[in-house]
Amino acid sequence: MNEKKSNCNDKFICRIWQLLKKPSVKYSLGALLVVGFISGILFWGAFNTAMEMTNTEKFCISCHEMEDTVYQEYKETIHYSNRTGVRATCPDCHVPKEWHHKVVRKIQATNELWHKALGSIDTLEKFEAKRLTLAKNVWRAMETTDSRECRNCHNFEFMDFAEQGRRAVKAHSEGLTSGSTCIDCHKGIAHKLPDMREVDSSAVVGDK
Amino acid sequence: MNKKLIIMFVLFLAAGFNQQVIAGELQSLRGSVDTDKNSKAPELKKYSKDGEPIARDYVQQPPLIPHKIKGYRVNKNANKCLSCHSWKNYRESGATKISQTHFEDREKHVLANISARRYFCTQCHVPQVVSPPLVKNNFKPVAAITGE
Repeated sequence: MNEKKSNCNDKFICRIWQLLKKPSVKYSLGALLVVGFISGILFWGAFNTAMEMTNTEKFCISCHEMEDTVYQEYKETIHYSNRTGVRATCPDCHVPKEWHHKVVRKIQATNELWHKALGSIDTLEKFEAKRLTLAKNVWRAMETTDSRECRNCHNFEFMDFAEQGRRAVKAHSEGLTSGSTCIDCHKGIAHKLPDMREVDSSAVVGDK
Repeated sequence: MNKKLIIMFVLFLAAGFNQQVIAGELQSLRGSVDTDKNSKAPELKKYSKDGEPIARDYVQQPPLIPHKIKGYRVNKNANKCLSCHSWKNYRESGATKISQTHFEDREKHVLANISARRYFCTQCHVPQVVSPPLVKNNFKPVAAITGE
């Protein structure tokens, strides 16, 4: 042991590692447990607090890529302003509520940091050029999760069809039986649509 | 000198008269309000959420929209109306399909998709609110349509 220690006499990291590997002789197991327990809570709390901080609208629109484009569009929609005053902010739709889905999404979001550094959509023109690709990413995610984030608030089973208009009743009752998911019909409800030519050419002007 | 005085006097009178006219009440069809005061904003009308198709009142009338269209965007990228009313989508959505005339360009050539001159729906088709007419009138739908 002493020989090993002398092997790395003044390398800082090496000495720390040796210290960690060595069994404790000075502190009781109880004291170590208590310290470990408390610091565990602190670390966990700090981790979750930091993650929650990235889960706020303020954080989302701290990038001009978000604030100048999709945020401005969202401000005109019913999810921002409505008669009952309930508001769904960015993370309500774009970040899952369950912990493990949330962490997976947060890890995926590191890719967005990379593109922030690259400046992939740092002008309106670049953003418009990528709008279809980006929208398709979100649509695909919502299709695979059966619009999970929508259903945090909207639930087929909780809908009172008597309160809905005749168009909504028809679409929702058919959707319920055919197993459609929210995003199949409700595209572009919170942000402007990209060029929809390849999604539904009958709903776009042009002879193609 | 005299001439100048007379002209000045006339101008002075004219200015005074003008001011009187401006300050006076302006008669409009929507009631009279002094021009230096703000008129009371009319009460907001609510569009009906959804309803059965509304019958036409005269030949060639663009059919009215019997539902709310708040937030429906029509632009280069997409036309929200056509996502239900297009020939491809009308069966599934149960909406009225757009007329064949909407596929013609101005030389009457028939196109494969909706013509740009018929793309902006709300130029002709408008949603409705329940509200008394602003001006009293005796308008009656064409008998040939209503059968009365």
